[in-house]
Formats: sequence, C-alpha cells, structure tokens
Amino acid sequence: MKSVTITSIRPRSRSDATPAAPAAGGKFYTPYSFWFYLPTAVIYSVLFLVPTFASFYYSLTRWSLFESKFIGLDNFVLFFQEPALVKGFTNTLIFAVVTSGSKVVLGLLLAVLLTSRIVGRGYLRSVVFFPVLVSTIGVGLLFQVLMNPEQGLINGALGVIGIDGPGWLTDPKWALMSIALVDVWKGVGLATLIYIAGIVSIPREYMEAARVDGAGSWESFRRIVLPLSRPATVTVVILSLIGGLRSFELIWAMTRGGPGFTSDVISSVIYKQYQAGFYGLSTAGNVILFLVVTAIVLPLSWFLNRKEVNL
Amino acid sequence: MRIGTRSTALAVFAAGTLILSACSAGSLGSSDEGGSGSVSITYLTTNQDQDVKEAEQLAKDFTAKNPGITVKVETRPGGTEGDNIIKTRLSTGDMVDVFNYNTGSLFQAIAPPKNLLPIDDQPYIGDLDENFKKTVTADGKVYGAPVGGFMGGAVLYSIPVYTKLGLKVPTTWSEFMANNAKIKASGDGVAPVIQTYGETWTSQLFVLGDFHNVSAAEPDFADKYTKNEAKYATSPAAVKGFEHTQQVHDLGYENKDFASAKLPDGLKMLATGKGAHYPILSGVVANMIATYPDAAKTVGLFALPGDDAAKNGLTLWTPGGLYIPTTTTGDKLEAAKKFLAFVASPDGCKSQSTAGAPTGPYAVKGCELPADVPQAIKDMQPYLDKPGASSLALEFLSPVKGPSLEQITVEVGSGIRKAKDGAARYDEDVKKQAQQLGLAGW
Repeated sequence: MKSVTITSIRPRSRSDATPAAPAAGGKFYTPYSFWFYLPTAVIYSVLFLVPTFASFYYSLTRWSLFESKFIGLDNFVLFFQEPALVKGFTNTLIFAVVTSGSKVVLGLLLAVLLTSRIVGRGYLRSVVFFPVLVSTIGVGLLFQVLMNPEQGLINGALGVIGIDGPGWLTDPKWALMSIALVDVWKGVGLATLIYIAGIVSIPREYMEAARVDGAGSWESFRRIVLPLSRPATVTVVILSLIGGLRSFELIWAMTRGGPGFTSDVISSVIYKQYQAGFYGLSTAGNVILFLVVTAIVLPLSWFLNRKEVNL
Repeated sequence: MRIGTRSTALAVFAAGTLILSACSAGSLGSSDEGGSGSVSITYLTTNQDQDVKEAEQLAKDFTAKNPGITVKVETRPGGTEGDNIIKTRLSTGDMVDVFNYNTGSLFQAIAPPKNLLPIDDQPYIGDLDENFKKTVTADGKVYGAPVGGFMGGAVLYSIPVYTKLGLKVPTTWSEFMANNAKIKASGDGVAPVIQTYGETWTSQLFVLGDFHNVSAAEPDFADKYTKNEAKYATSPAAVKGFEHTQQVHDLGYENKDFASAKLPDGLKMLATGKGAHYPILSGVVANMIATYPDAAKTVGLFALPGDDAAKNGLTLWTPGGLYIPTTTTGDKLEAAKKFLAFVASPDGCKSQSTAGAPTGPYAVKGCELPADVPQAIKDMQPYLDKPGASSLALEFLSPVKGPSLEQITVEVGSGIRKAKDGAARYDEDVKKQAQQLGLAGW
C-alpha cells in the first residue's frame, strides 16, 4: 500500500533520500563554492533574519516608530488583558475550523464530481478554481455589496421567494459565519484541485478489482477513494487551517472586525493596534500569533502524518 | 554548468539591484530640484473630495500670487490608516514638503519637536486663534498653521420636518427625545435619528459631541482625565454620551438600515427629509450641499442637548494643521513657509471659501465667512458669539484618546453592549494610548 501514496507531502524517509550534504567528518561536501551562497545569504539575513530578531526585541518595548523604550514583558501582559483578544481568539478558532472543515468536505465532493466522466470536465474544473485567482479584497468588497441587508442582491433574491434575509454582515450572530462562507467559496477551488490530484493518482486497478468484488459506488468511495486520498486531506487540512488562523484580508474588507468587535480575529486585533500606533504591543501580538499557529499546526501535522504511515 | 554560471550572474545582478534601489529610494525627493528660479513643493492632504478640491484651489491661488513656485497636491487616506502613513513617512524621512494633519492629541502623537519645524517666528503667528494655537503647540512651540475652518460636533436637523410637525429646537436631552417621539408618531416614515454605522467614525458623535455638556457639569474633567483621575464610566456627566447612544437604539429611533448605511446615505436621508436628526461633524455640510444644493436652506444645526438648558453649548473641533517636516530644506523650505503664510491669511481663507462651503468660522484674524454660507454653518455662529456657549472637544484638551471608541459606540448603538459596559471598555482602551505617550499617573 505504501507505494500508492504518491502525492504525499511527506518527504521520503532520510535513509533513502540521496543526501546533498552529508556530514562527513566535520567538513561538509558541497558542490558550490562559498561565494555562490553569499548573495542569497546576504538577502536572507537582511530581509529575514534581522527583521525576525528585531521584532522579538521590539515586542519587548514601547515603540512609537520614533523611539522605543524597553518595558520587558509588559506588552504581552497587556495583550492578554485586551478584552478584544478573547473574542479574537475564539473567533479565529471558529473561523479556522469551520472554513477548514467545509473545504475538506466540499473539496472532496467536488473533486469526486470533477474526476467523473462529465461533459466539459476541463472547463468545470477551471470554473471551480477561478475564485482562488481573484483578489481577496475585491471578493470581500463585492460580497459586502451583495450582502447589504437593504439593497443587496442576496437579500433581494431571498425576498422574491418570501424569505426575509438576515443582516449578513451587520448582525453580530451572522457576521463571522458570512465571512467564513465567502472564504470557503473563494478557497474551495484549491482544496478541490489538491483532491483531484490525489484521486487521479489512485490506480484504476483498485476500482476495477473492487467492482469485480461487487462493491457499489458508496463502498468504493468509502473503502478506496477516502483512505487513499488521505495525503491530499492532510495537505488541505493543514493549508486551510493555517490560512484560517491567519486570515485577515477578507475579514478586513468585509466588516473590519465589526459590527463592533464581533467578527474580530487575532490578525485584525493586531492590525488595529498597528493602526493605533501601538507598534510594540502589536509586534508582541504577532509573536504570539506565530507561537499559536505553530502550537496548533505542528502537532496536527505530526498526528496526521503518523496516521498515514500506519495505513 | 553553463546554466550554473548564468544563474550566479543573475543572483549577483539581483542582489546588486536590490542594494542600488535601497540606496536611491531616499534621494528620489531631491531629484527634481534646481531649474532656473522655479521651485516645486508637494502638499499632502487627505483624499476626501472636499479636501482635494480645497487643496487644489489653494495651490492654484498661491501660484498666482507667487509665480515661480508650484504646489503639487498629493493625497492620503484619512482615519487611522492615514495616521499610520504620516507616522511611517516621518520616521523614514520620506515626508513631503508640507502636509495636512490633525491637531490636538493626534498631533502630539507624531513627536512634533523631533519631526516638525516650529513656526513661532512667522509674522502671521499673532493672527491665529488662541484656541487653535493651543492645539498645535508642543513643548511651548507652535508647529502648525490652520487650514479649513472650525467644525462643530452637533446635530444636523431637517428644517422641513421641524416646520411640518411644529417642533422647537431642543436645548435639553428630554426635549430632544420628546421631538423624536413626535417624529416617530407622525407616521411619515421619517427616521427620528440617522445613524450610519457602515462608516464607524460617524457613530461617536453622541459621545464626543457631548463634551461641552460634560465640561459644563464638571469643569476640570479634561485635566483629571489626563491624570487618570476621571473616567467615562464613573463620571455621571461623561457616561451620558454612551447612555444617549443606547437610548436612541433602545427606543427604535434609528433609521432601519443604521447598521449598514454609510455617510452619503445619511446625508441623503437628511437632505431629502427622510431622516430628522443626524449627529455629525459640521465638516460634512460642504459635501452634502455639493450633492443636494437645496440642503443649504433645509438643513439646520443645533448643539447636542444635555441636562441643563442654560449651560447647553457647542463642542468644537479646531481646523486641521499644515506642518513642515524637518526634512524640508533649502528653496523648498522657503517656498513651504510662504505657502503656510498664504494659507493662514485672509487671501487663503477666501481661496478656501471658493473651493466649497466652509465647515465653520476660520481660525485666522481678518477672515470672514462669505455671505451665502449654508444655514447649518450660520447656526454655529450664535454659540461662538455667546461667551461660555462653546468649548473644544476633549481630544484637543487632553492627549488621551483611545483608538477603539468608534467600535465601542457602534456596539452600544446597535444593542450589542450596554452603555455602562461600553464606557468602561473605552476607559480600558485609552490606557494603552496614555502609556504609549508616557503620561504620568498611568
């Protein structure tokens, strides 16, 4: 079974990969000279290393862009006291889980449909992918207009069939879910694409063998497609969960965290602190966001990939 | 291997261009200097229609008086996004020659002594309004020249609605609410109070515009507030603003689409008589009249009513300031100084009045409002003429202003949060700002 997991995102185990630079008695063998690495090393340290360490430092200061004052861990204390933060945290988790879950389910179903023999398959595949290519801000602004409770097309259409639509983005109960809905619409194409790749790589022999054994559609889906597209599921879950945890553009374009603070997520809380000029505080927020994403995604990735080996 | 060497060259080239472009970015501004006696300066203002029109008119009239100096107008977004742009440009030394920015607490937050050029030595300094000067002073030096007029944070009301129902301009909150009840009961479908939470800043007026009434009841509120001794939640006068915001929602006086409507929707309702009251800054009047010319006669203004009719008065916002950053030097500096002197002169005021209806009286001695000002602006004058009937908004008297007030007032005005709770939350919000500024007592 192992040989089937072609689309796995997991690198092959260390022993059978041809190592580019094995540790040979302290001195590394490298096909390139030192000078060859220098330009990238300079770019890397100027653009990535320095800012990363600078941000760790600035997260410990009260920073106004003009001057900074070292205040220890006060920023982190203040950040955790922020009333918007609790709401932001729960909203972030809800948003990430809802969007990621829906993308897995919808993506898989769409992929099954789009790998079947239907008319215009290539065209339909690209149609489902189009929203991924459109600018997030553009989508957000468009849906803000469509979801306007009084003049929006969505409530207009619902009104025709006699349903009094809610204030999608203005009702605190709906705002976050409406954004999640749009996020799923926009992002499901990518999940579908990954699933299509996963499903296509399942050898036809399995399906044929299953059919000979008398398996129906549900059985083949349940026993063959679902388990064998596990690597695709892992990819989709991780990608969309990370995306959901740090999602910002769509929320900002559609509600700016509103009404009030009801659709605030961690990123929008941090952004608002930047806007307010609390640079040290918001840098601390970013450090926390980084730690949270790592703390959720690392064990999850380990857990999902371990299961794959036990398949 | 051939591919290898080529990509090395490419990488080196890429790195080289990066370094080169990093070096030249800072010197871009000075590349267009020189030329035979002609100087060009850049003026940064906000991207609101009316502001752009005004800036372009000023630039045009200034060049007519000072041939050889041209002013290029550049725009930036307003609100917190604009604050960020100003701060970033100042801290990177990338600021234009002259820029327009808020006075009061926001002005204090851009480190004036470090980033701006003092203008104390300029001849027009004596002609500037004292209240205005206070709001652009840091460490005893004046840094800004006024652009635009004073603004009132008040209630704009529909005169036809008032005449039809025989209402009287209210001076107390209970009279105001009685009027609202009558408007609602009239059954014309007129919204008693217009609220437009689609643009969150418009939600703050019941709180910010009420400050004259607060200071009438507690004269030392601003001082105590700066020292962390007075709070919105615990001051009986200050918490009223939040309570009023909640009341108009609880009694169903808001327009039906209050949650999604934006400023232009609100102005339309007011100008067409679909809404009776709109608590807002008088700065929006010019915009409204540009779209609905009739509104010059059909829309009036009164100060936010408080508890005591005798002490009722108008809360004022001072004009914006024009500032010269320390990065402006040489010919451009001279030109920039001349530009400030022009804007802060009667000619400058005249030029601004040509560009559109003024938002209120100017802060420069000798500047007169044109005779045909809209009714709403005319209604401000009695408050200004009567001693003690107007005071500056809190943000000009205290550097403490929290960034989240607009979200909080949206919540209170939408029934998501209670007034008292909202006020307490705002008190928490300002704490960060005060600490950031390093104020004593926080």
